[in-house]
Amino acid sequence: MEFFKIRRDIPFMRHALIFNVISFATFALAVFFLFSRGLHLSVEFTGGTLMEVNYAQAADVGKVRATVAGLGMNDVQVQNFGNSRDVMIRLPAQKGVSTAQQSDAVMAALKAANSDVTLRRTEFVGPQVGEELAQDGLKALAMVVLGIMVYLAFRFEWKYAVAAIIANLHDVVIILGFFAFFQWEFSLAVLAAVLAVLGYSVNESVVIFDRIRENFRRYRKMNTEEIINNAITSTISRTIITHGSTEVMVLSMLLFGGPTLFYFALALTIGILFGIYSSVFVAAAIAMWLGIKREDLIKSGAKKDEDPNDPNAGATV
Amino acid sequence: MNRYPAWKYVLIVVVLLIAALYTLPNFFGEAPAVQVSSGKSTVKVDTSTLAKVEQALKSAGITADGITLEAGSIKARFGDTDTQLKAKDAVQKALSPDASDPAYIVALNLLSRSPAWLAALHANPMYLGLDLRGGVHFMLQVDMQAALTKRAESLAGDLRLALREKNIRHGGIARNGQAIEIRFRDSETLTLARGLVQDQMPDLQTVDTAEGTEYKLTATIRPEAARRIQDQALKQNMVTLHNRINELGVAEPVIQQQGTDRIVVQLPGVQDTAKAKDILGRTATLEMRLVEDGAEARAAENNTGPVPFGAERFFERNGQAVIVKKQVILTGENLTDAQPGFDSQNQQPKVDLTVDAKGGRIMRDTSRENLKKRMAILLFEKGKGEVLTAPVIQGELGNRFQISGSMSVNEASDLALLLRAGSLAAPMDIIEERTIGPTLGAENITKGFHSVSWGFLVIVAFMAIYYMLFGLISGVALAVNLLLLVAVLSMLQATLTLPGMAAMALALGMAIDSNVLINERVREELRGGASPQAAIHAGYERAWATILDSNTSTLIVGLALLAFGSGPVRGFAVVHCIGILTSMFSAVFFSRGLVNLWYGRQKKLKTVSIGTVWRPAAAGTAGASGVATK
Repeated sequence: MEFFKIRRDIPFMRHALIFNVISFATFALAVFFLFSRGLHLSVEFTGGTLMEVNYAQAADVGKVRATVAGLGMNDVQVQNFGNSRDVMIRLPAQKGVSTAQQSDAVMAALKAANSDVTLRRTEFVGPQVGEELAQDGLKALAMVVLGIMVYLAFRFEWKYAVAAIIANLHDVVIILGFFAFFQWEFSLAVLAAVLAVLGYSVNESVVIFDRIRENFRRYRKMNTEEIINNAITSTISRTIITHGSTEVMVLSMLLFGGPTLFYFALALTIGILFGIYSSVFVAAAIAMWLGIKREDLIKSGAKKDEDPNDPNAGATV
Repeated sequence: MNRYPAWKYVLIVVVLLIAALYTLPNFFGEAPAVQVSSGKSTVKVDTSTLAKVEQALKSAGITADGITLEAGSIKARFGDTDTQLKAKDAVQKALSPDASDPAYIVALNLLSRSPAWLAALHANPMYLGLDLRGGVHFMLQVDMQAALTKRAESLAGDLRLALREKNIRHGGIARNGQAIEIRFRDSETLTLARGLVQDQMPDLQTVDTAEGTEYKLTATIRPEAARRIQDQALKQNMVTLHNRINELGVAEPVIQQQGTDRIVVQLPGVQDTAKAKDILGRTATLEMRLVEDGAEARAAENNTGPVPFGAERFFERNGQAVIVKKQVILTGENLTDAQPGFDSQNQQPKVDLTVDAKGGRIMRDTSRENLKKRMAILLFEKGKGEVLTAPVIQGELGNRFQISGSMSVNEASDLALLLRAGSLAAPMDIIEERTIGPTLGAENITKGFHSVSWGFLVIVAFMAIYYMLFGLISGVALAVNLLLLVAVLSMLQATLTLPGMAAMALALGMAIDSNVLINERVREELRGGASPQAAIHAGYERAWATILDSNTSTLIVGLALLAFGSGPVRGFAVVHCIGILTSMFSAVFFSRGLVNLWYGRQKKLKTVSIGTVWRPAAAGTAGASGVATK
């Protein structure tokens, strides 16, 4: 089987400008939503109590809400979780009331209203922990960006590093934009997914850059644009198949992983789709704008002695 | 060129065998078990206890699948949960006849069913996180500022005493936050006082300032001393927590230090959070009271008369009754330290006690008035008091005194522990709490398992169809990757969580990338007209650089997550990093081994089974050219 019967190089870079504009627009939109709507942060970040309870029959969310509100707690969120019998209750952190009292009081009230309710899980996070987690998350993000840039600058050149990081941060911001727009819950697991996407789409950019480098060595007569087009064309089948495989795994999580893994898998799905887009259309285009040249990568004089017509010159890796 | 030397095959086989061996315990599942461990620091679990447990089970007519004694606890496995519950009751009855004061903790547990020879090789199943097995997780923050303030307070008292002893006149000592301020009229006394602090109080550092006509000496706790105090406070709180958790009867509690001021407590299997929180947050109290003497009290002690007015009857550990006054002299609040040691004169074991300045003052007055009388130290827990010891006051006591005589070394250290454990060194707050019900845990396992297996099957099926034999080899390599991943996690005894399982699924999804890269490269070489052998060789060689680059960048992300992540992110990161490393072995080294084995020895290889190699030049007869599928 072969899905990709491509006769000649696809001129990806011809429309690079249009794609960059689209990217920029999406990016701007994501930033706009991030600021206007903000992320719907989970209890892990904001501090507070989360309870998941299970009813024998389909739960009446309205009644549960009324019961909890009857305890005099403000700003309580009650919603179904996964299916109609599971209910998730979020209580904001209250000063002066210990969590034990909070969750026990809620559970007692729910038991009184309907005896066949069982507690499946509670989670309480103090406000200081939440702040730290947010800080640690940002630190992790900074470390990832720095580490990858240093690595790429070392393996390739700074222009590639800059291009890859811009392209991939653009993915991250777009994922965050989705979470802000739909007000999906942003939890620690989603943060892990976002950072994993960062690594994943860098991986993608690296494969293309690798090919660009090889093409620079191999095809002396092509210009930069042709080199990039050829590199993307010759890796496109691998790009699609790999991402398809990873997406199969992620979809499997989305379908079978239950509500706990749902947003994690969702973040990965968006990340993978935009990861393909950004490596193909954004990273390479930025690298092109930054003016990558053959000379940047092939520095050693010894290689110049090789026959310029030899297609395999310098191809040894 | 596509041949591996024999040692590479040997290496592959050895790695696979080891991996299989360490993965094996995960397949045996878990059996219900009863675990017996010591409930008191004075009680040891040894072979005699083992014999008692065996006897108890025998008389109850229960047969265990296996009983082991290791690391101070006895574990007995049973066929089903009914037998397990029956056995628990039987063992509990036999070992702790007095239910209100159990000497042993008899807890329900789950034990791996894997055979003993695997356990002997340290091949144990992966440790399941709380989100997969159910239980309670707490994170407690120790209020270190309070510990330091408490220490400063007691140092201020010590200082006041020392100055008085040396007859150094001062204009007042006050504690201001964690600093002790002493005022003086002239600079000579200040110099004297500074010398004293430097000589006698190594924990303090001083700064002197002149304020108008007054001189002020400000003493603060040295940073290294502060660190030591914080460390001690944390350790003491952990000991206290340990003692309290023992009462809950949890099979494998985890009590760990996290950072400099946090303690993580995990109680697998515990569902009653209210009780757990109650016990963790309980303030056990220590009280010192005078022992009532006189004929009336003697009679009450022997149970022949009523307890005198204003007194209460308590019992020592050995059951001896002690009649003590209701008036409390000191509480555990005032006790700052208790350490076991040896008396310098007669080499007898002793316990040194330190009380704060206020306690010292009260102690001095009380001891002066009650020489040669007995003073009892009582520990109140669960509202029930117990006399730890009731020594005779031998002299006038200060803020440091000792309990000695008729103690063994072990008794002295136990007593010191109990005295310390009576109170928390510093208050603690629960700052994070998680409860996961057991059904949810089981569901999470199934969900994680389904995610991994369905994704895996679809990928392998696709690879086999798209790349034929090479795809099949990639599929086998992916299975090997999973095997290695599970084996490494089992070997490290890493904790598997639901995010960890997600990372496993993701690692497999990403690991296939290496094989896709290789297969695409081989096809490309074939398309370019290379001979099959050369194509395989070049495909692997050229893909390797790309694989290395892309995996390194992914590994950087994994390490950053590991370094800065917490909780679920960490669980994810561990599996993610290991997955990347194992994928390099399986996808490149191992799959090449299979390819070499299959094609390497065929000298005149004409075709390789890697699916359609489409050539633009021969587009009209796509698929038929050159390389046929097997």
